[in-house]
Amino acid sequence: MNNKNKKGIEVSIALSESVKLCRFEAISAYPITPQTHIVEHLSELVAEGELAAEFITIESEHSALSACIGASAAGARTFTSTSSQGLELMHEILFIASGLRMPIVMAVANRALSAPLSIWNDHGDVMAARDAGWIQIFCENGQEAVDSIIIATRFAEDRRVLLPVMVNLDGFILSHVVEPIEFPAQESVDAFLPSYDPLYTLHPDRPLTMGAYALPELYTEARYAQENALINSKDVINEVMGEFGKKFGREYRVVESYNCEKADTVFVAMGSMNENIMTAIDELKSRGKEAGLVKIRLFRPFPSEELAEVLSGKKRIIVIDRAMPGGAMNGPVFSEISSLAKIRGLDAILSNFILGLGGRDVVPEAFIDIYNESMARTSTFVKAAKTNYRIVGVRE
Amino acid sequence: MAKPMEQYKWHELNAGCVIDEPGSASEYKTGSWRVQKPVWDDSKCIKCGVCWMFCPDAAIYQKKDGYFEANLDYCKGCGICARECWPCAITMVEG
Repeated sequence: MNNKNKKGIEVSIALSESVKLCRFEAISAYPITPQTHIVEHLSELVAEGELAAEFITIESEHSALSACIGASAAGARTFTSTSSQGLELMHEILFIASGLRMPIVMAVANRALSAPLSIWNDHGDVMAARDAGWIQIFCENGQEAVDSIIIATRFAEDRRVLLPVMVNLDGFILSHVVEPIEFPAQESVDAFLPSYDPLYTLHPDRPLTMGAYALPELYTEARYAQENALINSKDVINEVMGEFGKKFGREYRVVESYNCEKADTVFVAMGSMNENIMTAIDELKSRGKEAGLVKIRLFRPFPSEELAEVLSGKKRIIVIDRAMPGGAMNGPVFSEISSLAKIRGLDAILSNFILGLGGRDVVPEAFIDIYNESMARTSTFVKAAKTNYRIVGVRE
Repeated sequence: MAKPMEQYKWHELNAGCVIDEPGSASEYKTGSWRVQKPVWDDSKCIKCGVCWMFCPDAAIYQKKDGYFEANLDYCKGCGICARECWPCAITMVEG
């Protein structure tokens, strides 16, 4: 990549510029830390006439997503963004957006949930919304965030998909850092992303009903159709990521790996901490130890085939979660991986570490300690403990 | 609806369950929900139309002679018409 084309820019601002490149036509969002810079910059772009979108100001996130559904139903390419409490205030509307098959794109600056009140990063917010029927992407760095908006807009609007997408970026840790970012040219984005051609729109010339009541005779079939669309969206996502790579020179996959060929011990993680894990892997290598990293970029629909392929034959799988299980046996990512391991017959010792909650700093050394601890384990099940995970760094 | 809803397979539904056939709700007969039905005593009825106005399902219609009747395909038997009829011309009876 040519560094001359890169621009030092805050990731939130860069993401908003990407929204502009995608020529979104309707935006409704309520400012909430740490998403604020995204929505502020978008409102500036609209106010200054740089982005020809309707910016619908509202009094809450519940209303923001409701307005987005209205805009999307009217045929507009629609964007919103939120974080933490805002995402939870949207909660009931999340299911309506996916059930109505509205291809809304939402950037989520991941932040811990209250109480206790925290403005800092973890994945508690999105994990509470993980089964809302949205496609969910997790970004590792600013360039991914910028590119993911373009990619997400393209596959969301594909007639084979028609589903809303959350593009997750870690609050502050990623949203507020300044990174060198390469922006694609407007003409290239226009060529990649044709204007939205909705399947159905609310228009007085052709009356139709969206969001009708479904009796017990139809609800199962309706939800099954939606679930199939979500499961099958993965093929389209792979296709669009592949096409993006060819056109823009940056390759993305639903599951990515680092140093996995040699290593039989691998980390599985999501989001910006992947960079720290890679640093730890490099450090381990310098000490003569091999570890790999499997990055889950697409969390919903869960990329089970791709993960099974990369995890096959591994002896130890270390799953990192950034959210409390909330009474579950393990963190949400581990639960998926352990289920996959059982179904696919993966013969590995699995361990689950939870860290980085509410902005607790995650340093590369933590992953070296985790690696060493995992190497000492002889089974997935820890008999002495009530829970089968460990909270890293908790003062006991 | 092209066919009864219990015959639809999942892949025959529109994306998002959009109903692109306006007015199709009229094909869904809700009269079977009913326990009681309204019966008019035309000797008391003054043709004011209050029953027609208050019927939440628009199931009451005016006959050619000016008196009213319920369409039993849709009347759910809520009894609002009988409650609102101030000359007390409507009685709810089983059926």
